[in-house]
Order: sequence, then C-alpha cells, then structure tokens
Amino acid sequence: MIAFLIKRLFHALLVMFVISVIAFAIQDNLGDPIQQMVGQSVPESERAALREELGLNDPFAVQYLRFAANAVQFDFGYSYVFNEPTTDVILRHLPATLELVAASTFLIIALSIPIGVYSAIRPRAWLSRFFMGVSIIGISIPVFLTAIVLIQLFAIGVSWSPFPADTGWGAWLNDLISTDGGMPAYGRGDPVPVFGTWETNFASLEGLTYLVLPAISLASIMLPLFIRLIRAEMLEVMQSEYVKFARAKGISLRRIYFLHALKNTMLPVITVGGVQIGTLVAYTILTETVFQWPGMGLMFLDAIERSDIPLIVTYLMIVGLIFVITNTLVDLIYGLVNPTVKLTGKPA
Amino acid sequence: MTTSTSSAASSSTASRWERFRDSYLLYSFLRDPIAQVSLAVFILMVACAVLAPWLAPMNPYDLAQIDILASELPPFWVDGSDPAYLMGTDAQGRDLLSTILYGLRVSLIIGFGAVALQATLGVCFGLLAGYLGGRVDAFLMRMADIQLSFSTLMVAIVVGALFKAIFGGATFSTYAVPLLVLIIGLAEWPQYARTVRASVLAEKSKEYVDAARVMGLPSRRIMFRHILPNTLSPIFVISTVQVANAIISEAALSFLGLGMPETQPSLGSLIKSGFDYIQSGSWWITLIPGLVLVVLVLVINLLGDWLRDVLNPRLYKG
Amino acid sequence: MSLLEVNHLDVRFALRRGDVQALRDVCFSLDRGERLGIVGESGAGKSVAAFSLLNLIAKPGYIAGGSITFDGQELIGLSDRALRRIRGHRISMIFQDPMMTLNPVLTIGEQMIECLKAHRRISTKDARAISLRKLEQVQIPSPEARLDQYPHELSGGMRQRVIIAIALLLDPDIIIADEPTTALDVTIQAEIMALLLELCEEHNVGLVLITHDLGVVSQVTQRMLVMYAGRVIEQGPTREIINDPQHPYTQGLLNALPQMATPGERLNQIPGSMPSLSHLPSGCAFHPRCGFVTRPDGSRRQACVDEVPAFVASGNCQAACHMVAEMIERERIPAEEQDS
Repeated sequence: MIAFLIKRLFHALLVMFVISVIAFAIQDNLGDPIQQMVGQSVPESERAALREELGLNDPFAVQYLRFAANAVQFDFGYSYVFNEPTTDVILRHLPATLELVAASTFLIIALSIPIGVYSAIRPRAWLSRFFMGVSIIGISIPVFLTAIVLIQLFAIGVSWSPFPADTGWGAWLNDLISTDGGMPAYGRGDPVPVFGTWETNFASLEGLTYLVLPAISLASIMLPLFIRLIRAEMLEVMQSEYVKFARAKGISLRRIYFLHALKNTMLPVITVGGVQIGTLVAYTILTETVFQWPGMGLMFLDAIERSDIPLIVTYLMIVGLIFVITNTLVDLIYGLVNPTVKLTGKPA
Repeated sequence: MTTSTSSAASSSTASRWERFRDSYLLYSFLRDPIAQVSLAVFILMVACAVLAPWLAPMNPYDLAQIDILASELPPFWVDGSDPAYLMGTDAQGRDLLSTILYGLRVSLIIGFGAVALQATLGVCFGLLAGYLGGRVDAFLMRMADIQLSFSTLMVAIVVGALFKAIFGGATFSTYAVPLLVLIIGLAEWPQYARTVRASVLAEKSKEYVDAARVMGLPSRRIMFRHILPNTLSPIFVISTVQVANAIISEAALSFLGLGMPETQPSLGSLIKSGFDYIQSGSWWITLIPGLVLVVLVLVINLLGDWLRDVLNPRLYKG
Repeated sequence: MSLLEVNHLDVRFALRRGDVQALRDVCFSLDRGERLGIVGESGAGKSVAAFSLLNLIAKPGYIAGGSITFDGQELIGLSDRALRRIRGHRISMIFQDPMMTLNPVLTIGEQMIECLKAHRRISTKDARAISLRKLEQVQIPSPEARLDQYPHELSGGMRQRVIIAIALLLDPDIIIADEPTTALDVTIQAEIMALLLELCEEHNVGLVLITHDLGVVSQVTQRMLVMYAGRVIEQGPTREIINDPQHPYTQGLLNALPQMATPGERLNQIPGSMPSLSHLPSGCAFHPRCGFVTRPDGSRRQACVDEVPAFVASGNCQAACHMVAEMIERERIPAEEQDS
C-alpha cells in the first residue's frame, strides 16, 4: 500500500512538474509584468533597472525555480484585470464550477449504470436499441449545441402548432409538443453562502433550478460515452468463462448480472470513467460560456480575451492539479476494488 | 526477395476489385441500411461542400453582395420569409444557406486536415514506442497519458489561446484554417499513438516479425512494410471517429472565439454568431447550422460504428 | 433406464449466413456411477455436447432437436429456473481453463458459499464449514486460508482443485468435465486426474469426461464415444475400443499416439484436417481423409461418398463405417455358408 502510494505520488509530482514548466514558459514568453506595473510612459532605462531588480534577466532555470517555489505556496502573483492575487480570483470562481461538475457527475452515474447494464443484458430489446440510438446521436451533438437547444426548449419555450388547434385533440397534441420555457438559463441566481467564498446552489430549491439546464448539458457530453462503455464491457464480461461457470453452478441470473458481471464491468469503467469525470472540468468552459455560469471556465475565457497572463497560468496550474488529484484518486479506488492489483507492493 | 514481393503485390492489385467484391466489408455494407444511408448523406454533404461556390446562391465572403437590410429573415416555412433566402439570413444579412455551404466546407477541410496531421504524428510515435520499447516508449506514452488526462479539448483550447496570444487576433484570423489544423492535430495525436502502439505490441510478438528480424531486415523496413499494414484496420476505424471529433473540436473552438472568424465562418462560428440572437427569437441562425453540424458528425460516427463492428469481429455480439 | 440418456441430439448455430449443425444425431447414456469418455479432435463437437446437456451453449447456438432425460426428467424445453435447480446441484461441471473459470473479483469462499446457498437453505456459517470440508477433500494445503483468498493468489493446479471442490459441493450425481487438465502443466495433469477419479469412485459420482487424450480416457473411463465433425462415429467399452478400434478414424487416432511410433521414425498422423462444420463432405464426413474408401482390390466404395453410414455392432462396440459394415457382412456370409 505504501509503495503503491509513493509510486502514485511520484507520478503525480512528475505530471505537475511538466505542467508547471509549460505554465511558466507561457508566463515567461507572453507576460510582461513591467508593462503591467508601470505603464507605457516610463522610460526604457528605468524599465531595464526594474527588470534587473525583479530578476527577469536571470536564466530560465533560476526564474523557474523562483516560480515553482511560489507556486508550491499557491502564490502565482496578481491578476492584471482584477488587481488581486490570482488564487483569490480562482477561489471565488471554483465553487460554481465544482458544483456544476458534481451535479453532472451525479446525473451521469445515476443514469449510465442502469441504462448500460440493461442494454447489455437485453441487447435486442427495443428499449436497448432506443438507448443505443439516442446515445450515438448524443455523442454527435457538441455540448454547446445541447445547451443552446435546451435553452430554446426550456428557457425560451417553443410553441408549435402543426395540428389543427381548433379541434380538441389537435390542441392537445400541440400542447404536448410545445414547451413553456421559463427555466433559468443565465448565471447562478442567488446561491446560499456556506463559508468563505463558497456559495452553494444545492441548499435551496431555487438554486437547484438554476443548476438543472447547465448540469444536463454538461452531463450530455459524457453520458452516451459511459452508457456505451458500460454496455460494451458488460457484454464482454457476459461472454467470459467465469460467468458461464457461475451459470453452470446454478446461481440466479440476478446474482450473476449484478454481482459477478457488474463488479468486473466496473473495473475498466472506473479507470476510463474516472479520468473522463476529470475532463468534465474542460467542458465546463463551453457550458459556462453558454449559460454565463460564473465559474472558472467563464473566468478563464475572459482571462484569454483580456490577456490576463497570470490568471491564465494560475488556471492551468489549478486545473492541472484537479486532473492529477482525480487521476490519483481513481487509481487508488481501482486498486482498492480490484483484488489483482498488488497494493501491498510485495511480490505475489 | 524484392522481386518476389513486388510481383506478389502486382498480382494482388490485379484482383483487388474482385477481392473487394467478395469481401465481408461489402457484404455487410449491402446488408446494413443505416451504413448505406449514412454513406449517402456523407457523400452528399461532401459534394455540397466541394461544390459550394457553384451551389450557393451568393458568396458570403463578398461584402458587396450582402444586404444589411435583409438581416434576420426567417427560413421559408416561417411567416415573414423572403423567397430569395431559402434558409433565411443571419444578423449581417448573409444568406444562411450560402454561409452554411461555405461553413461546411471549412469544417470538413479542418476536420480532414487535422486528422491527417494527428494520424501522421500518432502513427509515427506509436510505431516508435511500440517497436523500440524501453525509454522511448515510456517517454512517449507518458506524454500521451498526460495529454489525454488533460482532455484533448482542454489542450486544444490552451494551444488555441496561446496561438492567438502569440500571433495576435488579426494574423490568427488570416491563417485560421492551417492554425486550427495544427491545434487539433497537436491535441489529438495520443489517440492514434496509443492504438498503434497497442497493435504493434500485439503484432510484434507474432512469429513473422521474428522471422523478418532473423532475415536481417532493417527495423524501419520491418515497421513500415511488415507491422504497419497489420495495424491498418484499427487506424481506419479510429480515423472515422477522429474526423467527427476534429469537426466537433473545431466547432467548439470557434464557438469560444478561438477558431474561425465570423467573416470566414465554419459551422461552429455560425452557431456562435447566431447564439446572440436566440433570445430575440431568431433561432434559425444558430439552430440550422447546428443541425447540419449534428447530421454531419452523426453520419460519420454511424459509419465509424459500422466499420468497427465489421473490421473487429471480436467485438461482434450476436 | 439409465441415469442420463441422450437421444438424437441436434445442436445448431444460427449464423448470419444460415445455420451450421454442430451436433447431429448424438446418442449416448450414462448409468449411476459410470464414467464415460468423449474423445475427438478440437472442433469435433465434444464441448458443445457437454454444454448442451445443461443448455449452457452460448448464443447463437441452440438445441434443434432430440431429447436429454436425466433421472426420468426431460431436460430439453425445461425452464431456466427448473434447469438451474439441476445445474451445480445434481449435475455439475468442471471447465477447461482454471485460470479463466473463477471470478477474479470474488474470493474462493464467496464463490463456494453462493453455490451452496443457491440450492439449499443454509446459513453462511454452515456453508463455510461444508466448503472447508470439500477443500480438504481435494487436498488443498491450508484450506481455511484459501477461503478468503482471491483466485489470482492460487496456482493453476490449485485453482482446478478449487473448481473440483465446487463441483462436488452439493454431492452431484454427475460431473461433466470438459478437458479438465489440458490447460495445466504436464506434471500436474496426472495428479488432478487421479484426484478426480478417486473422488468419483469414492462418492459414486458419474463422470462425463471430455478430452482429446486417449491415454487419460483409457485410464479413467469405462465406456467411450469417439466424435468426428459433430457425429458419434464409434462407441463401446473403453478397453475394447482401445485394443481393437473398428472405425478408421479411431484407428488413426490411436496410431498417432507417440508410443505407437517406431523410434527414429516420424509419428503416424491422419492426413488432412477436420472439415469445417459449414462445409461438411458428403456421405461419411471422414471419407476425404480415409484410407479405406478404396478397397484392397482397388475398387472404390461409392457408399462412403454418397451415404451417411449407420452404426453397425461389432462385439460390444458400435461403429458408423461402411467398410466395417462390409467386413462384418463378408464374415457373416461365409459363416452361414459353412453352416448350411
């Protein structure tokens, strides 16, 4: 267990090192702190002196070490735009993004496992075919388009009247295919403060309604992938010798499906899926843009727009850290669930 | 040795058509209506894109043809439409059908270009990693892992943002097409590298590779003449999916303002420019290009699914 | 009436290009405590026969006809629920590859206890005690500890012992063993086979042993079937078939054994290979590989190409072969002539 942890930790540090070098290279080449500090009017000689004083003429490695030393203490300098420490800016936007990701993750897990398992157990049932058809369409719709369609349907509303509205059934059918709209699709509403900069949408019903459309959009990108992954793995497991042997033992089908097969299905799903949940953070950039959700993604795009280099660099480091943490957690969970992984580190 | 292989190759080209006619690929294609419809739609869309300058009622790049008074006209089946603009017009008064045809063209060029680039990078790295093993393998795969764990979209956005910052907005817009090919190509090569590496490792353990090595063939020749042909079908299968992914990535980048400029729109930037008008009721500016994008990506994905089922019999599940 | 009777069993695989017959007209029976060997090359349909007994053939395979009666009960057409009461309880199975047969994410104990609980109302504690006793019977060292181990912590031979213990858990009437030692090291094969034989004798359990190893068959079984291309081509008491095989294919199999070869010379092998089930030759499926289609006098026996041979009795054995039928006929006629 200890050896496994150390190995994982070493790997995580290596990844963070690579990310930090890239982040620093960006800062070094694109950011000009002097201009930000003193403006255009200061003469060149004064700038050069300032440059020397700040150590900007030092070799790359020296400057990187200085950057890394600060980064370890979560000090990435000041945002050009907000004029406050970048970590404060990020921390203010982080809860919104994390809540969005959490809500989507919940949707993905709650829906993909039953649907995936069902369509593997009954591959020929019409419902399975329907799910598979919807999931390939789902994969083909970009996340921002899902979001736009959801806005059109449930925030703006659609009134269609292809059926004669003067007859009773026509009006009823028209009603059925039309939507009212009215769902909130802009920002977070009034989230309830918890502590510090953390405000939550989970604490009130009204807060939750703000979360619905963004969370569904974000979930829509991963849900079809998860359903297809679970179905494919489960189908493969169902063909295995140990499932056949369990049948030969006279075990009930329910136990075979939900214990023998599902437990083996979840192993690859945890590795692939866990990493995918991490990448949801990347997709928040798109979802947050459409819904003007005040999270890190929207902030990042804004930072790009305004060339706020320190904020961009901080965002990269923080998102990198989130990815590394999720990957390490996923590996740990996988190791705990899969008995064939030697967590002990001693030879079997 | 060389003569015998080349004569074998020429005899196989002679019967290539026959082999295709008898192949399982064609057999299952003729039996799969979804694959047939998908291919037909895909070919139709590619044809429309290629022929856009002749098919489109007007040239959206030509400012002289744009009538700003005719902006935000709805498509023909909605009240208040103008028969001159079949699919309506966008906020700048451009004919939507024309911009979609040109946009489709841009999306397809970037999609195929990016896949060509990532396939070249990925196949080379994958072959190297799989064949040489050891440190090269460890280094390349660690790179691929890191990039994949960051998600290709994230990498594309960051690289796109960097390019925009380095080159400046105006230059970026001028060279948007090659730059997007480069961005998406750089972001997605690990998919190929992993697949190729996995099949190289599987092939490498087979006897014919040992035989080729014992005969003293140079490793470059073994890789390209002996191993690569045997990894073609997985490459083929992921290529279709990757084209779909590249088109979606381009659309996403354009939607975020890191892709094609509005003056030279792709489907993604059309959706972006229409999004601002959706609240005012002009849904068609964003939803019609959106529908075209979805259909394009969907038919490619369906073809990819079909190919995977056919070329990988192990995956075939009654 | 025998404990298990299989009559005219037909099994097909529904493939996209039409049905393929995997078993045709397979008949055999097994008495209580009897040990039967089913022999043949791979692809002959041995495993399909084994799996179809409990209707465990994987899709697209299905039983197209015939009957399987066990203890007076017809098994074909029985609901899955009713079959489940027989599976693992009265008829249990041992699979070929012990590395693949046990579920990698469940402990040995879990996989044994669930089997007991599926068939008996029993507490976990009692089930554990029974499991432990069975593990002792299969001579596994430190059985108590094994119960809480996962399959990957055990060697292949050890796992096969666990699987035998599972097969014996509910004191079944019959064990169907599908190549139980093929996947094991040669040194362990004999051990496992001896253990299986000993346990079957001790508990009076019937055994259907599927194997391609004629040596094992001759040591373990009392009767045997030889299968070729989905059909039974010879059956009878094991000793008689081994000593005096009738069918040319059986002769070929026995001749191919290494101990039959003259030292320094090549092993005898049957020319050609087993035909694919979707392209079976006409008449006797073995005729393209058979050296007896042409008679010693040079004339060709056309029946081999045209007609599917029926079983003819020769002593206690039966063989499905035109040549054998002709020889029996010829022996019978001179005998009758002498009598008259």
